[in-house]
Amino acid sequence: MNRFILFLPLIVFVFIASYFALGLRNDPSRIPSVLIDKPLPDFELPAIEGRNGGLADDDVIGRVALVNVFASWCIPCAIEHPVLMRIAEEEDNLLIAGINWKEKPGDGGAWLERLGDPYDFIGDDADGRVAIDFGVTGAPETFVVDHKGRIRYKHVGPITEQFWKEDIKPIVDQLQAEAG
Amino acid sequence: MLAEIGNFTLILAFLVALYQSAIPLAGALKSDAALTATGRPAALAQGALIVLAFVCLTILHATSDFSVANVVQNSHSAKPFIYKLTGVWGNHEGSMLLWVLILAAFGAAVAVRRINQLSTLTLAVQGMVAAAFLAFILFTSNPFARVLPAPADGMDLNPLLQDPGLIIHPPFLYLGYVGFSITFAYAVAGLIRGRIDREWARAVHPFALAAWVFLTIGIALGSWWAYYELGWGGFWAWDPVENASFMPWLAGTAFIHSVRVVEKRGVLKVWTVLLAILAFSLSLVGTFLVRSGILTSVHAFAVDPERGVFILAILAAVVGGSLTLFALRANTLEGEGAFRPVSREGALLFNNVLLVAACVTVFIGTFYPLFIDIVSGERLSVGAPYFNAVFAPFTVLLLLAMAPGAMLAWKKGDLNAALRQAAPAAGVGVVLLLVALSVTWPRAAAGAIGAALAAWAAGGAVLDMAARIKLFRGGASQSLSRLAGLPRSYLGMTVAHIGLGVVIVGVMGAGVWRTERVQLMSLNDAIPAGAYEARLIAVEDVQGPNYVAQAARFQIEKNGVRIRELTAERRFYPVRGMQTTEAAIWTTLRGDLYVTLGEQADAQGWAVRAFYNPFAVWMWIGAGLLGLGGIIAAAPNPARRAVGAPAPSRAPEAAAS
Repeated sequence: MNRFILFLPLIVFVFIASYFALGLRNDPSRIPSVLIDKPLPDFELPAIEGRNGGLADDDVIGRVALVNVFASWCIPCAIEHPVLMRIAEEEDNLLIAGINWKEKPGDGGAWLERLGDPYDFIGDDADGRVAIDFGVTGAPETFVVDHKGRIRYKHVGPITEQFWKEDIKPIVDQLQAEAG
Repeated sequence: MLAEIGNFTLILAFLVALYQSAIPLAGALKSDAALTATGRPAALAQGALIVLAFVCLTILHATSDFSVANVVQNSHSAKPFIYKLTGVWGNHEGSMLLWVLILAAFGAAVAVRRINQLSTLTLAVQGMVAAAFLAFILFTSNPFARVLPAPADGMDLNPLLQDPGLIIHPPFLYLGYVGFSITFAYAVAGLIRGRIDREWARAVHPFALAAWVFLTIGIALGSWWAYYELGWGGFWAWDPVENASFMPWLAGTAFIHSVRVVEKRGVLKVWTVLLAILAFSLSLVGTFLVRSGILTSVHAFAVDPERGVFILAILAAVVGGSLTLFALRANTLEGEGAFRPVSREGALLFNNVLLVAACVTVFIGTFYPLFIDIVSGERLSVGAPYFNAVFAPFTVLLLLAMAPGAMLAWKKGDLNAALRQAAPAAGVGVVLLLVALSVTWPRAAAGAIGAALAAWAAGGAVLDMAARIKLFRGGASQSLSRLAGLPRSYLGMTVAHIGLGVVIVGVMGAGVWRTERVQLMSLNDAIPAGAYEARLIAVEDVQGPNYVAQAARFQIEKNGVRIRELTAERRFYPVRGMQTTEAAIWTTLRGDLYVTLGEQADAQGWAVRAFYNPFAVWMWIGAGLLGLGGIIAAAPNPARRAVGAPAPSRAPEAAAS
């Protein structure tokens, strides 16, 4: 038997283990926030299948807004969804925009059809290009944008009732006060 | 006092494990019978000491001794007694203690069998693994650490873990993970001796099956728990920690198949040894994943990089060491016969390649975000679509090959004959495909294809067994006696293959065919779920022992006729400030009606989610059949009777399962 082949598993393991070692130096809660206090990236997304409109950066300027990245295949999004519905109902003055991320045509619309639609605008980011500009790392992810169109806060993972009450709503309230 | 006794017994167990890993090994290599003979008492003593330590921790939890940090962090005086007991392993330190307890139990199981050079070497390797993990507990995760002054009450156990499913899920999972330490130890022992033979395969086979059965049941329990406790109606999310238990299962499934080839034909030795190492390495990676915080996940209840470094060191020593040994010694393992592709062993090799390839794709999906993060600093997650897309083809090929593969004879098989024999199952599969398509059209065809493949695979197993016992061709009593005379490994394989088909049907039902509705409901509103409607008839406040809850009563109706009542709860645990959902589930063979109570929107309105998950219960039944198949296959064969039982030449003993 070829001796080299027998060393192959060891070589693969050394390679993987060194990655693990490097990974340990990472802080799991580190979240890149390069976009905080920067204006929204320029973008223009088409509407998702079966709907009109779409979403562009101009749509979110003028009012305090949540820009929420979601997908029907994402389970935490389903957990987040009823909370977003509540927020949409309670916060008349808050704009909620959705970026439908890496979705097959029609799936996002069907999902909203079934569960309800909390969004004022929805853009279809099927290839994930705009999400890259936002620095999105996974779904769901939510950006709080002030009335001048600057990103002021970023929340990774589902917005639960608790996150909304304790973290996000105070920021939204403060930004709305700023906007006057 | 108990905490000090526990701590002391752990230190003793560590020293005994060090002894066990060195002295009998030296004895076995130098053929010194006196030294070799100390392996057995060492393994038994190590086991007894760890049992004692575990008993100490259990008593500390049962009596709510809040001078012990572990009890403070995970218990509360008002916690129900049963959860005080299960809280022992519902936390990092205690679960690691359970880990070494199970490790020692498997070691003792090896020790009480006949002692020879192979088992002595195996015990030595097992001692090394035990020593490493005992050191990990003593230096980074001591469950017996005191807090002074003792607080008045504890911080309670994570309410998600206060659940009957979680009483037994971790122990089963660990029995599986740790069970592969014994097959690993046997593999390393085989490499040290430079001999992997039928004796080796016969010794390792029951342990491999035991570990596999425990892991199968452990995964099914975890999935079941996620299904009814997390309240999202799903059962599998390809979460990193779920994958961490699934990867050793895939490698272990490959192993229990290939070890049969070593046993029957004396070939595939190098591959089988590599699989044994792989299965345990992936078990360790599973531990590493959960403990180190290297990947974030809902399961990661003990995130601590320092522990991660320690576990990585163990991983490097165990896996790196064994693979180095493999690289240097595996060329000494020689096959004992020719290998023909069209044969049972050929089919099993095909199965192995598919399982390992599937395992690799899961591994890549799980760790890709980590690699990308290190290379470019970018953060991303790999979603369920990736896993579903890459995993499905392997499953399809496996199911396709399963029926004819299991019918091939050892050494030289006849593929055409096998396909002819399995043809009726293909017919059943096609009919099922058309029926399922017509019922569910235009929804995803994947479900219909999956169900058809499941019928083909399970049907093939049934047909083969029917042919072997001459069902309908001899008398009923003759068939029965033939059935009783079938080799246990063949019976086990058949049961497990049928079980896999049943699981697949359940996965298709609950994964592909399910329906989901969300609705804001007032009293007397109804929400549709499948063919039924759930009418909200009352919402009440309930006071539990350590939680308060809102309980919603639903009346289940079909065409307006009342069928039964179900209660769904939302619980709030004040000590941790956490909420949990208790879904109302009505299970029948045809499907689960699954209702969860959401947020209260206003004085009269509640968000309610209703699912209908067709065939969901088939997943758990099928998992039970898989486990049962493994147990049957591990049982000793019945003594051959003179009349009625097939002679070996006419019915070659079949298949691993």
